[in-house]
Amino acid sequence: MDELKALTGRNLLEPGDFSEAEMDALFDLADRIQQAPERYAGAARGRVLAALFFEPSTRTRLSFETAMLRLGGQTVGFSEAQSSSAAKGESIADTVRTVGCYSDITVIRHPKEGSCRVAAMHSDVPVVNAGDGGHHHPTQTLTDLLTIRREKGRIDRLRVGLCGDLKFGRTVHSLIKALSVHEGIEFVLISPEELRAPAYVIRMIEAGGCVCTETRSMSDVIGSLDILYMTRVQKERFFNEEDYIRLKDSYILDGQKMGQAQEGMIVMHPLPRVNEIASEVDADPRAVYFKQARNGMYVRMALIMGLLGIGEPEALDRQMQEARG
Amino acid sequence: MEVNSIENGIVIDHIKAGQGLKILSHLGIDTRTDTVALIMNAASGKIGRKDIIKLENMLDVDITALGLLDCGATVNYIERGKLARKVKLALPEIVVDVIRCKNPRCVTSAEPGLEHIFLLVDPKTQEYRCEYCDEIVRV
Repeated sequence: MDELKALTGRNLLEPGDFSEAEMDALFDLADRIQQAPERYAGAARGRVLAALFFEPSTRTRLSFETAMLRLGGQTVGFSEAQSSSAAKGESIADTVRTVGCYSDITVIRHPKEGSCRVAAMHSDVPVVNAGDGGHHHPTQTLTDLLTIRREKGRIDRLRVGLCGDLKFGRTVHSLIKALSVHEGIEFVLISPEELRAPAYVIRMIEAGGCVCTETRSMSDVIGSLDILYMTRVQKERFFNEEDYIRLKDSYILDGQKMGQAQEGMIVMHPLPRVNEIASEVDADPRAVYFKQARNGMYVRMALIMGLLGIGEPEALDRQMQEARG
Repeated sequence: MEVNSIENGIVIDHIKAGQGLKILSHLGIDTRTDTVALIMNAASGKIGRKDIIKLENMLDVDITALGLLDCGATVNYIERGKLARKVKLALPEIVVDVIRCKNPRCVTSAEPGLEHIFLLVDPKTQEYRCEYCDEIVRV
């Protein structure tokens, strides 16, 4: 519980912002919420979450908004830059300063890398990075880690394959950062040459003392993996469409490839997918990407409670009774 | 060639030959009014050829980022004709508005008025990391 209290008023800009113990406390809270969501239905009553999405999003924006609504709070915001004052040339600093006057917590997605750090520098309320360009996506990482914990029963001693766009894939960068502090993690990075993980990501792996193998072939390694984390080649990150077209179908996971994988291997994907996972894989019990999406909502509920300093419902009831005298 | 010694000021010595002008330019010295000597390609027992800069009556000069330009140089503070302090330049831990981030997706390419902040990753490899986007540059 102390770990949850320690999150009050903090920002989440990248996975390293929270300790392992703090993340565990969030996952425990997410489990409690999922077991009895009605107990938490009024936990954030009277609080407002601002969702500033300068880039399109389905899962992240809707799961944040749903998380806040399920906690009894309310949401404001926009879902594209064109419907905000950014279209008039307003800076990120001025936008978050203004929105912080109206809301209790700000969630921001922006195409520029490091934009959320700039937002946090100018905000009086907690800032959550919901994706900054190809850089980080820490709430997807919370989702991923919770999913791994639930499906594999542990977050250590795992051989994790990350496949696809490892250059611009912010979910991959954040997940590597978070996993590299755990014991016995072995990374297998599967990507075309042009989409290899950036130097700073490789440094993070080395700094964590983890084993890392880079390969171009999914078939060569799929049989040895505990987790296969697939990613989409993101059209929006390319300056040149020709490069995108050339690389977009580099890896397609289908039933035949799943036949080479271990019984216990799980397939994860931050979604949306385009065609990197054939729809026939969806029915395979090892495909957990839709469970992953569900986990995302619960962990975001836990995160909102943590950053806003909202305690367990019993404590809330006591506080309300005391206030009534 | 002879240049008089200074009574009060700074002598930046052991500058790699050819770097003197860059360092002088970085220090933002007003060469119209300040008393400055720039000696280029002087013989050096240590490094073969070196540049030297002498700044008279100037002690309050920000040398934080000089290590980026030449981390082998030394800065000697002279007071009343004597060496008061000697500083060996090293790569600074943090550099503000000296290196610019080349990542076109970095927020520094779009947000107005933002300082370009780089943090030293490893002095051996002379690599710095952008505070915002984590892009790594070698200086």
